[in-house]
Amino acid sequence: MAQADATAGGGAGKLDKLTTADGTPLKASLRKAMRRNKLFAFLLAAPLLFFIVFSFLMPIFDMATRSVENRQIPEALPRTVQVLESWDQQAVPGEDAFAALAQDIQEGAKNRTIGQAATRLNYQESGMRSLIMGTARRADQLEPPYKEALLEVDDDWGDLAIWRLLERESDYYTASYYLNAIDLTYNDQGEIVSQPEYRQIYVMLFWRTLWMSALITGLSLLLGFPVAHLLATLPARHANLLMILVLLPFWTSLLVRTTTWIVVLQTEGVLNDMMVWLGVISNEGRLQMIYNQIGTIVAMTQILLPFMILPLYSVMKGISPSYMRAARSLGARPPIAFWRVYVPQTVPGMGAGGILVFILAIGYYITPALVGGQSGQLISNYIAYHMQQSLNWGLAAAIGTILLAGVLLLYAIYNRIVGIDNMKLG
Amino acid sequence: MAKFPPYVGKLERTWHYTYLTICGLVFLYLILPIIMIVPLSFNAEPYFTFTEGMLAFDPDAYSTRWYTDFFTSKSWIHSIKNSFIIAIAATFLATALGTLAALGLSRPHMPARELIMSILISPMIVPLIISGAAMFFFYSQINLAQTHLGVILAHAALGTPFVVITVTATLVGFDRSLIRAANNLGADQRVTFFKVILPLIAPGVISGALFAFITSFDEVVIVLFLAGYEQRTIPLEMWSGIREQISPTILAVATMLITISIVMLASLEMLRRRSERQRGMSPG
Repeated sequence: MAQADATAGGGAGKLDKLTTADGTPLKASLRKAMRRNKLFAFLLAAPLLFFIVFSFLMPIFDMATRSVENRQIPEALPRTVQVLESWDQQAVPGEDAFAALAQDIQEGAKNRTIGQAATRLNYQESGMRSLIMGTARRADQLEPPYKEALLEVDDDWGDLAIWRLLERESDYYTASYYLNAIDLTYNDQGEIVSQPEYRQIYVMLFWRTLWMSALITGLSLLLGFPVAHLLATLPARHANLLMILVLLPFWTSLLVRTTTWIVVLQTEGVLNDMMVWLGVISNEGRLQMIYNQIGTIVAMTQILLPFMILPLYSVMKGISPSYMRAARSLGARPPIAFWRVYVPQTVPGMGAGGILVFILAIGYYITPALVGGQSGQLISNYIAYHMQQSLNWGLAAAIGTILLAGVLLLYAIYNRIVGIDNMKLG
Repeated sequence: MAKFPPYVGKLERTWHYTYLTICGLVFLYLILPIIMIVPLSFNAEPYFTFTEGMLAFDPDAYSTRWYTDFFTSKSWIHSIKNSFIIAIAATFLATALGTLAALGLSRPHMPARELIMSILISPMIVPLIISGAAMFFFYSQINLAQTHLGVILAHAALGTPFVVITVTATLVGFDRSLIRAANNLGADQRVTFFKVILPLIAPGVISGALFAFITSFDEVVIVLFLAGYEQRTIPLEMWSGIREQISPTILAVATMLITISIVMLASLEMLRRRSERQRGMSPG
């Protein structure tokens, strides 16, 4: 070391010749130590990194793959798929395609793989499942010539549109879940068109999720701003006490808080009872404040409000009161001083809280499911519906992936404004 | 509150009181529904609202029957057991992995810190419904769906970001020369960690663990997808209770969960003050 100090002023070029006590060049030795340091730091983080990749990122990746995956059809109908590759799509194909289909269905009926393909095709065109399964039930009676045999079982097999559908969905990957998720579909000619009106639902749901989340964010800002301001300006003794009123809800289980809103808002609930007792409404005129959009908005605003108040509070805490005093002494009237001097300084807090609340709101599931009724359901509720009831997992995965992309985009903006490292908890 | 500087006019005073009223109403909106649950859980009648007897403070209108109901119900007891097993195991896993990772991330020579940090934080950002669906797809392929282990792994993944964030925050104020001092005095890595580093970052580790615990203990979406009958937890039992046959037992459970939150909040506040004292800052 003494050697290095003595010649440090001699320029970087000479650094190569310096050696440590055991004779290795100083530069190499330093690099080695640095590498060891880096490796050690990485090894500390590695177990968690591996754990998150396995338990969390791989599932997410799996979901994204599932949203385009289409292996049911090429796997259950391999011969048909092969024959249709060279089909010109102009007219119902000939005997070779029917023969391939008949063999595929016969085999699929035997080893029970045909059901999945039938369900999969049914997502595209209702009626496909009964057509295929009906044919599969009579598979052992099918004999050449297969075209006549199949048409006899069900003359829908003579429909050009069905063959076009088979051809279109014969790849291992499909875009049809994504088209479905934004209310588009293929018509008989294979062009992309809007779904028939009665089946259009997801675009409306995405919009509803966006505007309701925006409204909830706006309401939390409106309600959270004065409270955060009060907490930031009161003396610490009072502020800490009042802070409990914000932190207790923050720490209380989401399910508990949703339950409390059912108790308060339902027609036989506390709020209606109170209004009847006060004579504001009659016993027959009880208000429907829950199981609709109002329920979702009231409950979600209350649940997400702490996420707005806390970042606002931490920004406001850092604003010196002397700015306002200076503005006043320079002649600004209170509203002007507030609007022109105070508010601009709180913008980072509003941005952080606003994006945080918005991100949380667009992915909310529990509260809308319990208090939202029909009109208060958000896009998440339809992901759950396709996961658990309709079992159209591909569509659930496609909607989920779109939602995820939106959240990640918003999060990137949040990261720009606040930075992950500055995220505060409690 | 009523001490105004002499230049404050009448209008401004009125506005100040209006402002306080608005704040008061917002506080009521935040806290009242939660507080209201508590007396309602002692309702003697199977209603979700205050009976006349309750308002008249008639002792007969109050009872602990819903609590008895809870503690004698087989399925609730089953779910309490599950909730604790899962939450404690997930907390352990999350705290151990998260603390290690935070130590690595706070070292001055951590490579690709930004990228690794965003990967580690990701479970906190992705909406639960998406995590739930994705984990269901993946875990059922590797036979982890409908097992305790599967739910524990999923909950540990959700809890780790909180541990990483709190411990990293504690390490910001950590004096690294203490490590060199310990090494200088002859302590090896292990002794340095347990005798020097860990006691100093303990408040951060414990509050991270509390976050991880409550995350698992209150979590319902993932459980909804991943748990079978054997893995039912308290929130899942509540969820189906609210959806199917709503009974005031739910309110009793809610009251107990609120009590747990209060205990958590108090412990965290204590830890925060302790940590600030250790770093030589006076509390609040």
